[in-house]
Amino acid sequence: MKVRIDPDICQGQGRCFSIAPGLFGFDELGNGVVIGDGTLQADTLALAQLAQANCPEHAIFIEE
Amino acid sequence: MTDNPVKDFATDWDHSDSQWVADPYPIWEDLRERCPVAHTERYGGGWFPATHAGVSKIAKDTDNFTSRTVVIGNGRPTELDLPAPIGLAPPITSDPPFHAIARRLILPAFAPGPINALEPMIRELCIKLLDGLDGQDVVNAGSSYARYIPPSVIRGMLGFPEEDIEQFLEFVHIILEGIDHPVEERLEEFAPVEAYFTKQIEEHMDNPRDDLTSYLLNAELDGQNLALEHVFGTMVLILVAGIDTTWSAIGSSIWHLANNPADLARLVNEPELMPVAVEEFLRFYAPVTMARLVKEDMEYLGCPMKQDDWILLGFPAANRDPDVFADADRFIIDRAENRHVAFGLGIHRCAGSNLARLELRIAIEEFIKRFPTFELADAESVTWAPGQIRGPRNLPIRILS
Ligand code: HEM
Repeated sequence: MKVRIDPDICQGQGRCFSIAPGLFGFDELGNGVVIGDGTLQADTLALAQLAQANCPEHAIFIEE
Repeated sequence: MTDNPVKDFATDWDHSDSQWVADPYPIWEDLRERCPVAHTERYGGGWFPATHAGVSKIAKDTDNFTSRTVVIGNGRPTELDLPAPIGLAPPITSDPPFHAIARRLILPAFAPGPINALEPMIRELCIKLLDGLDGQDVVNAGSSYARYIPPSVIRGMLGFPEEDIEQFLEFVHIILEGIDHPVEERLEEFAPVEAYFTKQIEEHMDNPRDDLTSYLLNAELDGQNLALEHVFGTMVLILVAGIDTTWSAIGSSIWHLANNPADLARLVNEPELMPVAVEEFLRFYAPVTMARLVKEDMEYLGCPMKQDDWILLGFPAANRDPDVFADADRFIIDRAENRHVAFGLGIHRCAGSNLARLELRIAIEEFIKRFPTFELADAESVTWAPGQIRGPRNLPIRILS
């Protein structure tokens, strides 16, 4: 499983990188970015899902 | 406040009606079930979507709605009032495509990196304000605490002299009071403010340093530095957008804790809950409602909208929609899933949200550290600001320990 942020939808609400700072960071404008290639392990999957469930813009996608 | 009380908010809403100002939540719940887009003939005509779906659709639809003005009044701005395509206060009053340019300019200064660096300064400020309240049985958490935090933080960010704080607070007051006044009045009222700000800007031109003023002076638009009016205008926008909003959020949170001793005890005993609690404070007491204008006559969300009708964009109402939030009308201090929209949705997402969150968290942390138990001293005397920014202004708190 992989997590990604759609940069066209993200508006920098800032929820993902405060909930899961190991998975998400931010660029110089404060928009969310995925750290590394976004591959999720069993333990990080739940965190990624929590971040997804808190994104007001629905910009986070978790895919095979 | 109007002297013509509303009988039915579905057909005649008014956000300055005393019932709405005192407790809008039951009104919104009723509208969500009955409408869900309410109408009014007041203010020259307008619509109020009471659901998350309605608010979200309009916030993201910049083709059919304009941000030309975001504060409801009786008139509509004329071309004279609004330098096209920039608008009065870019980026908040700008539409695409110019909006993105104006927004890009300020975002780096409000990104998490530079904002998180302010934490020690904000903490020190809160501690100092609390020192000033020491020994009193009843403190006014609105007018003596919450109110001072946002302007003092922005003063620090701008790099204006600390000893000018009283004068700066006075200027902030002039700006917040005068921003809706007609242009000629406003120019006159702002003259001393502009003179002071210009002096500070010039001082920064001679001695650049690492602060927001120097950042704005270095910023470039189309390869050129900003005109001085643009620098001043951006400062005014930051003051207008960043002060009574954050002050309201801090005040509402303290009001909640004064009324809910179990939540207060949990926060005192489990400080690690703070980040989640802050999001629930923001959801439940979202202070900011914005407005839009309809661009052209159209049928939208089943409503016959007319050009220049107002849209009251109720982010606080969206935050109470049971379609999106389980137990929407319950404050759940450790709510894990919370897609609240207190900072708006879409391209105008609050540029200051990282700063607002930081101020809110530190203000509450320091308040409850100093005063681990407290209650409202006089519930009847609490007053809520009318209009589009909602928060307690008079907030007498009795300190119990
Ligand atoms: C709890 C406090 C705050 C809340 C709830 C809040 C809420 C909002 C909302 C809902 C918007 C969207 C406007 C729209 O859609 O028309 C907005 C925009 C904005 N806010 Fe905030 N705000 C807060 C604090 C701040 C602070 C501290 C600053 C800066 C110092 C700030 C600066 C701005 C700016 C510049 C915009 C315009 C962004 C744009 O149009 O692209 N806000 N705010």
